[in-house]
Amino acid sequence: MSQTSMAMPAEPQWALPGRGPVGMYSLILAESAIFIIFVVAYLFYLGKSLTGPYPRDVLELPIFASICLLSSSATIHFAIPALRKGNIGAFGMWWFATLALGTIFLTSTGLEWRHLIYEKGLTISTNLFGTTYYSLVGLHAFHVTVGLIGLALGMLFTLLGQVKSEHAERAHVFALYWHFVDVVWVVVFTVVYIVGR
Amino acid sequence: MFLGLGVMLAGSLLAAAGLYADSSASPRQVSNIFKPLSTPAGEIHRLSLFVLGVTGAIFVVVFSLLVYAVVKFRKRGDDDGSEPPQVYGSNSLELAWTVIPGLIVLVLFLATARVIHAIQDAPQPPSAVEVTVIGHQFWWEFRYPALGVVTANELHVPVSDPAHPRPTYLTLLSADTDHSFWVPQLNGKTDLIPNRVNHMWIDPYQTGMFLGQCAQYCGTQHAKMLLRVYVDSPEEFDRWVEREKKPAQMNDAVSAGRRIFETTACLNCHAVSGTVANGLFGPDLTHLMSRETLASGAALNTHANLRLWIHDPEALKPGSLMPAMNLNDQDLDALVAYLETLK
Amino acid sequence: MASDSIALPRTEEAGRGLVEVLHDWVVTVDHKKLGLMYILYSLVFLVIGGIEATIIRLQLIVPHNHLVSPQVFNRMMTMHGTTMIFFVAMPILFGFGNYLVPLMIGARDMAFPRLNAFSFWLTAFGGLLLYFSFIGGTGLYGAGSAPDVGWWAYAPLTARAFSKGHSTDFWTIAVLVSGFGSIGTAVNFIATIISMRCPGMTLNRMPLLAWLNLVMAGLVLVTISPLTAAQIMLMLDRYLGAHFFDTQAGGSAAIWMHFFWIFGHPEVYVLIIPCFAFVSEVIPVFSRKPIFGYPVMVGATVAIGFVSLSVWAHHMFTIGMVSYANAFFTFSTMVVGIPTGIKIFNWIGTMWGGKLIFKAPMLFCIGFLFQFLIAGLTGIMLGAAPFDWQLGNSYFVVAHFHYVIVGGILFALFAAFYYWFPKMSGRMYSEPLAKLHFWLFLIGFHLTFDLMHIPGLLGMPRRIYTYEPGRGWDELNLLITVGVFFQIAGVLVFVGNLLWSLWKGRDAGNDPWDAWTLEWSTSSPPPEYNFAQIPAVRSRRPLWDLKHPEDPDWKYE
Ligand code: HEA
Ligand code: HEA
Ligand code: HEC
Ligand code: CUA
Ligand SMILES: [Cu+2]
Repeated sequence: MSQTSMAMPAEPQWALPGRGPVGMYSLILAESAIFIIFVVAYLFYLGKSLTGPYPRDVLELPIFASICLLSSSATIHFAIPALRKGNIGAFGMWWFATLALGTIFLTSTGLEWRHLIYEKGLTISTNLFGTTYYSLVGLHAFHVTVGLIGLALGMLFTLLGQVKSEHAERAHVFALYWHFVDVVWVVVFTVVYIVGR
Repeated sequence: MFLGLGVMLAGSLLAAAGLYADSSASPRQVSNIFKPLSTPAGEIHRLSLFVLGVTGAIFVVVFSLLVYAVVKFRKRGDDDGSEPPQVYGSNSLELAWTVIPGLIVLVLFLATARVIHAIQDAPQPPSAVEVTVIGHQFWWEFRYPALGVVTANELHVPVSDPAHPRPTYLTLLSADTDHSFWVPQLNGKTDLIPNRVNHMWIDPYQTGMFLGQCAQYCGTQHAKMLLRVYVDSPEEFDRWVEREKKPAQMNDAVSAGRRIFETTACLNCHAVSGTVANGLFGPDLTHLMSRETLASGAALNTHANLRLWIHDPEALKPGSLMPAMNLNDQDLDALVAYLETLK
Repeated sequence: MASDSIALPRTEEAGRGLVEVLHDWVVTVDHKKLGLMYILYSLVFLVIGGIEATIIRLQLIVPHNHLVSPQVFNRMMTMHGTTMIFFVAMPILFGFGNYLVPLMIGARDMAFPRLNAFSFWLTAFGGLLLYFSFIGGTGLYGAGSAPDVGWWAYAPLTARAFSKGHSTDFWTIAVLVSGFGSIGTAVNFIATIISMRCPGMTLNRMPLLAWLNLVMAGLVLVTISPLTAAQIMLMLDRYLGAHFFDTQAGGSAAIWMHFFWIFGHPEVYVLIIPCFAFVSEVIPVFSRKPIFGYPVMVGATVAIGFVSLSVWAHHMFTIGMVSYANAFFTFSTMVVGIPTGIKIFNWIGTMWGGKLIFKAPMLFCIGFLFQFLIAGLTGIMLGAAPFDWQLGNSYFVVAHFHYVIVGGILFALFAAFYYWFPKMSGRMYSEPLAKLHFWLFLIGFHLTFDLMHIPGLLGMPRRIYTYEPGRGWDELNLLITVGVFFQIAGVLVFVGNLLWSLWKGRDAGNDPWDAWTLEWSTSSPPPEYNFAQIPAVRSRRPLWDLKHPEDPDWKYE
């Protein structure tokens, strides 16, 4: 049968969701499942450590870092419409703010770990708390790092003047990922620093 | 096509027939789950017959439908080549074959839940014998805390006649990897998991020897981690306990062998009560000769096997965690002679 | 690559050197070529896994057999399971999905062709890693060795203390890597099916195959990920001295079981759902009727997907869970039987009143129906917790899941092979050889796996390298092993048939089965771009509408 005969009166307008966001939402679903397992492990092993140090002895609330990370969600949120409108200047500004805030968060996590390892002597192999704490927080930090690399690249292209309004879709998809990383932090923060203490 | 269904049917019948196939071996060798001799196993047996009945009925119905469709609606030779009437579905049918299986599932679930409760939540009577079972790679340790008895690989329990029951309650622990305690005629299996305490109970109402085996993959010799349960009459059981409680008897005739045992590494891993040997890594040898088998059923406890085992455990049970001590022949004979006094 | 060499004269690649052609395949992002590579790759591993199975069976043919040492047997058992699940069943199904989904929804390729290629090569790399363990397994400890911890790799057997060397690490990394590949593929399937459908193909006009692959992909996202997480934990334990599964430091052995089976059970539905899809495409065409109760079929599949997320602990009835947990998992497990039953009944309903044509694909589908029925019912028996306390970890379980996997998945796969072979190669296979393959494999299958239930009932545990004589297991094990050789013969005929047909098969034409879905509207094999002009559809059976303008489907939907 010939190809053309397949052409039939189609629906008047035929619009499907963009593959970018769909793909990213699927990825986020998978990532969530991974995080859920680590969170479950963390909760399951709460208070099961045979030896110290225990959470309440060594953990302080990373308030400032959390505020930075959460607000970075807002800044990237403003970046996208700016890009859509083709306002590259505003976009670059918001984008840079996101990058900066994310970097602050990661640095403070790094400092916290340094404190725990060198002052408190808590490593991943010290006890179950160390095991679950470093792996859960570390998994999140890893996702932040990946995000920061993406942000940095975006920044680079912006400075090189490569970014045009037609890239708004991609920036949007990336923003979805970044929002996800923030939401995960809310969960991790609650589990580790509130429930866990 | 008919031939095909013939074969298929034959196959399924074979499987069905198998459900009642009897072990061809002598009664001492039975481990058939359809020959229960203890209350939990009996409960499970009754449930299994019910489940088999229900699923069997489902099979017959669905299978007949399938065969009927295949035979009745096959394309005939005299076919006119036209397409059959195009039917897209039927809501009433869909409803029917959703609801009916739903009801069947409900029945199956209730029946099952009853048995789960009956077996798992059975209160422990004061008359019960308590045994702590500790799984090791690849042997069983049995401790009777109340009776002060420690033995290995061959569990002795009293018979429990329904009139005044005397069940045995097992506390299941593991020293290394997962294992599973399974004696089909007495009860289903329960795993022995490190860092976890499990329980199960049996109340055999017939004396004799019951075969079982480790049923959770635990490493190289999982296959030869066999298990024997001896169900004794109350008198025999008490006599057995008396014998097992005694320390090893001393016998100067074999002091040479004993010296070898205590100067070689043996005592690091084995305990012989009343002597300096108090190792815990291997089975307690205080009453080695009271056991019919060696190395959890790897071989019968004969002079030749015992000698071979000490000489080279790999020969009887490759991968077991007991090393060969490479002793020379007369040391070996002396040692075996000593072990054979551990009645 | 075989199927390419015959595709040559038909495509613009004609007359190019072998090197160029190979290079072409290696760098390709075309969903059809990737699909074929997945399939070929899995067939190779099917033979490898089958050879391992044969070694297992030969060792068990008589009691106290000394063919292989316990160590080798345990490696064979572990490698067989891991290979068959992760490097045969998964990739071969992804392969068919890759090839068929875009064609059936009237798309020119997958949503993310490069990601697609990347996923394939990840999976391929995983398989190589797993088998490299034969060489690198014990690392510095001397001779090589493969993992021997069983395909669930229960803790603490995987701890350094019990598993020295690197064989377990190879297992972990291999599964981890192929897992990333699977997640990538799943993302791709979902994006493709949601965003790439041709005009008019609304969700309720999608071929069931597309629908079921959508559900499968969703399941992959939520089930492979827990496994990935658990594998990461295991690696942290083995390399950084973490204590997730370290029972010495208060870690729990049971939590690994939970993590593994939260993956493991839905995984088996990930494997069976695409096979449901094949059957749902083949049976209508060879019954000359539309699928019976399309919306219900979709609903039932989605239901299976959701329920299957709540049944994992039926693999753990023997670990001493509290009674109400056992009761709950008994219930959820049996509930799965309802939507599954609905599917079986709808397939029979599709055949009812049709004109059945018993070509090889249909034969294998009928075999599938029959065997999956039995396998499902033995599953229900295992689902009754107390019954499972007896049957669990016995050969009855091995029989149950080979009944589903070989009698179900493998039969459905053979049906798919014969049904789409003409489309993929442009050649028609040899029907007599296909029928011979069917009968050989059917006989072998039933001889092996019907009988395998019985030793389980007689108390024979699985994963044992030898057993004592006189327990009533001896003759059975002998016959079980004999059956394997019929299966081997069957598979050899199958492979022979494919090769012969590629070389000498007659021209199949675009639409040899007088079928109804879009893939049959383009040439065989389809061109790079699939469709010269993107089709538009108005019903679930666009080609039926074309062939029967007098009463098209869209009048009834
Ligand atoms: C494709 C793979 C596949 C599929 C589809 C299934 C389907 C099912 N499986 Fe199976 N299973 C495996 C692969 C699969 N299984 C594997 C690989 C293992 C072992 C892993 C290992 O240990 O290595 C396993 C192990 C396994 C166990 C654990 C046994 C043990 O280790 O102790 C259990 C226990 O409940 C179980 C149950 C079921 C059930 C209830 C179904 C149900 O989905 C079946 C539903 C179908 C039907 C019920 C038949 C059709 C329905 C009708 C005709 C309607 C009427 C029926 C009723 C009302 C009941 N399976
Ligand atoms: C897709 C999944 C799949 C498939 C298809 C198979 C196929 C087969 N399996 Fe397996 N099996 C598993 C998945 C699968 N299995 C899993 C998950 C386990 C659990 C592992 C564990 O416990 O950890 C298992 C375990 C398992 C055991 C239990 C091992 C034990 O507990 O000790 C046995 C024993 O008989 C067995 C046998 C077979 C046989 C005979 C086949 C046959 O159907 C194979 C037939 C196919 C072939 C033979 C290939 C054809 C080969 C050629 C054409 C080349 C010529 C061949 C030779 C020269 C030998 N399998
Ligand atoms: C490194 C520890 C170790 C040493 C040393 C050792 N054994 Fe053992 N022995 C074991 C283990 C473990 C078993 C159980 C093996 C099995 O069943 O898998 C065992 C089993 C036995 C058994 C069988 C017990 C039974 O009830 O079946 C005997 C007898 C025995 N050892 C004697 C000896 C003698 C005699 C020596 C010294 C020459 C010795 N063992 C040295 C660890 C050791
Ligand atoms: Cu102990 Cu298997
Ligand atoms: Cu399951």
